[in-house]
Amino acid sequence: MRKAAFPLLAIAGVLFMTAPLVIARARYESTMGLVQKIFYFHMPPAMLMLLSAIFCGIVSAMFLVKKRPALDWMAYAAAELTVLYGAMAMVTGPLWARKAWGVWWVWDARLTMSLLMWMVFVSYLLLRRYGGAGSEILAAGLALFGMATAPFVYLSVNIWRTIHPLTSVVPTLPVDFALALWYSFAGFLLMYIALMMLRMSVEQQRAMLDRLYLESDE
Amino acid sequence: MSVDFLDVSITDLSRNFGRRRALSRVTFDCRAGEIVGLLGPNGAGKSTLLAIISTLATASAGEVRYGGRTARDAGSVLRSTIGVLSHDLHLYSELTAFENLVFFGRLYGVADAETVAGAALERARLGDRSADLVSGFSRGMRQRLALERALLHGPRLLLLDEPFTGLDDASTYALIARLRELRSAGCITLLATHDLDVAETVLDRAVILQDGRVSGTEPEVHGLRQRYQDRLRAGITS
Amino acid sequence: MSTFWRVVWIVARKDIAIEARSRELINTTVFFALSCVVVFSVSFVGEGGDGKALGDAAAGILWIAIAFSGTLALGRTFERERYGDTLRALLLAPGSRAAVYVGKLVGIVSLLIATEIVVVPLVALLFQAKLFDHFLLMAALLVLGTVGFASVGTLFAAMLARARSRDVLLPILLYPVTIPVMIAGVRGTSALLALEPQLDMARLWVTLLLAFDVVFVTLSLWTFEALMTE
Repeated sequence: MRKAAFPLLAIAGVLFMTAPLVIARARYESTMGLVQKIFYFHMPPAMLMLLSAIFCGIVSAMFLVKKRPALDWMAYAAAELTVLYGAMAMVTGPLWARKAWGVWWVWDARLTMSLLMWMVFVSYLLLRRYGGAGSEILAAGLALFGMATAPFVYLSVNIWRTIHPLTSVVPTLPVDFALALWYSFAGFLLMYIALMMLRMSVEQQRAMLDRLYLESDE
Repeated sequence: MSVDFLDVSITDLSRNFGRRRALSRVTFDCRAGEIVGLLGPNGAGKSTLLAIISTLATASAGEVRYGGRTARDAGSVLRSTIGVLSHDLHLYSELTAFENLVFFGRLYGVADAETVAGAALERARLGDRSADLVSGFSRGMRQRLALERALLHGPRLLLLDEPFTGLDDASTYALIARLRELRSAGCITLLATHDLDVAETVLDRAVILQDGRVSGTEPEVHGLRQRYQDRLRAGITS
Repeated sequence: MSTFWRVVWIVARKDIAIEARSRELINTTVFFALSCVVVFSVSFVGEGGDGKALGDAAAGILWIAIAFSGTLALGRTFERERYGDTLRALLLAPGSRAAVYVGKLVGIVSLLIATEIVVVPLVALLFQAKLFDHFLLMAALLVLGTVGFASVGTLFAAMLARARSRDVLLPILLYPVTIPVMIAGVRGTSALLALEPQLDMARLWVTLLLAFDVVFVTLSLWTFEALMTE
């Protein structure tokens, strides 16, 4: 599994290196100008963070039922990647927002939900790290509950107020935008998959080490 | 359908916490009308083993069968046949002795819990203290109460974790007498202890755990103490 | 089915009986909630000395006090079960283990509602907030919000009972997941306190809280046994 990660990283690397060319060729957005270009580095991580969070929740639920260790490794890796990609989105987002709309942050539905999801998975990592023995199962429960609360956060803040650009920005993007965006997205996605594979193989090797330790005492 | 059983068999039971092995391929069985001892130094895995047999914990490998059925097959009603006296005693110090027994009696589905609790208190020689809060009880008194709590629902399998700790001689003999009564009544008793003198008096046979492994069984308890200490000494010097 | 409710009733009644005897939890929880209210009020009361809080501060202060004191009460309740390891004795009872969860939940919700009965009038008094004009809606917000918060809180506190660092991990885990309850509670209360009370908005929040409660109590019932087995 580990070997497959490197070609993926290589491809992702190539994509990232060439991305500036593709992005530069994309048309300037009418109101925001050059600043809008950071969008290509903000939207993919933001979208992948949410997908990763959902993935972690699903895998955690499966782990609670089936108890297979591989599911736990996947959940742990997904949680770490959620926090990483979330951090990327939350650094690029405010930078863009400040220049484009004059505010660093706004409490709208999507942002609040993303922030809460990020916090749930940070607390997941804290639980795994400091909760002591048996915390894999507890963390799986947390991931599941975190997933369940996401729609409620979105709904409740939506009822409260909304300022974030409409979701339909992507479909209505002129072809120039879309190419750069999907190009960027592909890069981040490949990186995600590669990192996930590497992280899982770390857990796999740790489990193998544990097993060897146990067997050596037999 | 009744879940009663006459034997408990543990097969290849293993439990690890990451790299730490708590139990490794433990295999033995016990039958009705027996008092089987689980001997071993601290950290040998006795408490972990009892937790798994009582269905509070799961094993990493291997299985426990109660009369041929696993805990999953038998369902949650299996717990009505298991009584546990743990080191922490499972008593509410904010309730009186009587209230504790009535609570657990009702919880475990005992009919007419008050009468049963009253009788149990008499058997524990705590009849005159039944309305006193457990927080004011000595260790020995709590132990007697905790044993009655474990037996309220008439379990087939009795699991005891270090029941003789902190007991004076009179209480120890009383407990031994009670365990013998239960043995005659057909109880399966599994008793974890590191008190070897008492062990020799009360056990029918013993299983010795060391580092999570069964390092020996003692079908004959006479002279147990001497052999056990020889074994430990050999283990230290080898 | 009747065994399930029997166990719920037995466990809840035991908690209430213990509490009635010493009244330790109710006294400390109420007083802590009151200190929260006072501390936050000092921070949020506007200039001008007329004691009027800034904007929606009264609603926010009320719900934060409930959340903070609720967290402490949850910790203390399971601390009691740790003393004689009685939590394991509860899990050893025959029948559905999830009934133990519901029994504990009933106890916690009762404790929190008793706390709110003291704290809500106090907040109304301190902020001249007309919390009782629309009593039924206010009560619905409080009850459903408390159940929502406690449903997740009881599960997390139970599953953390044997974990390390449980004291600080409980709020860390609990607050992000129960944010919808906070939002609905605060916004709903504000809607009722507005100059022109927005009853429809308040009803909408009540509905959201009801949905949250149903989802999370169900989820907790499904996962309780798996999370409590070592």
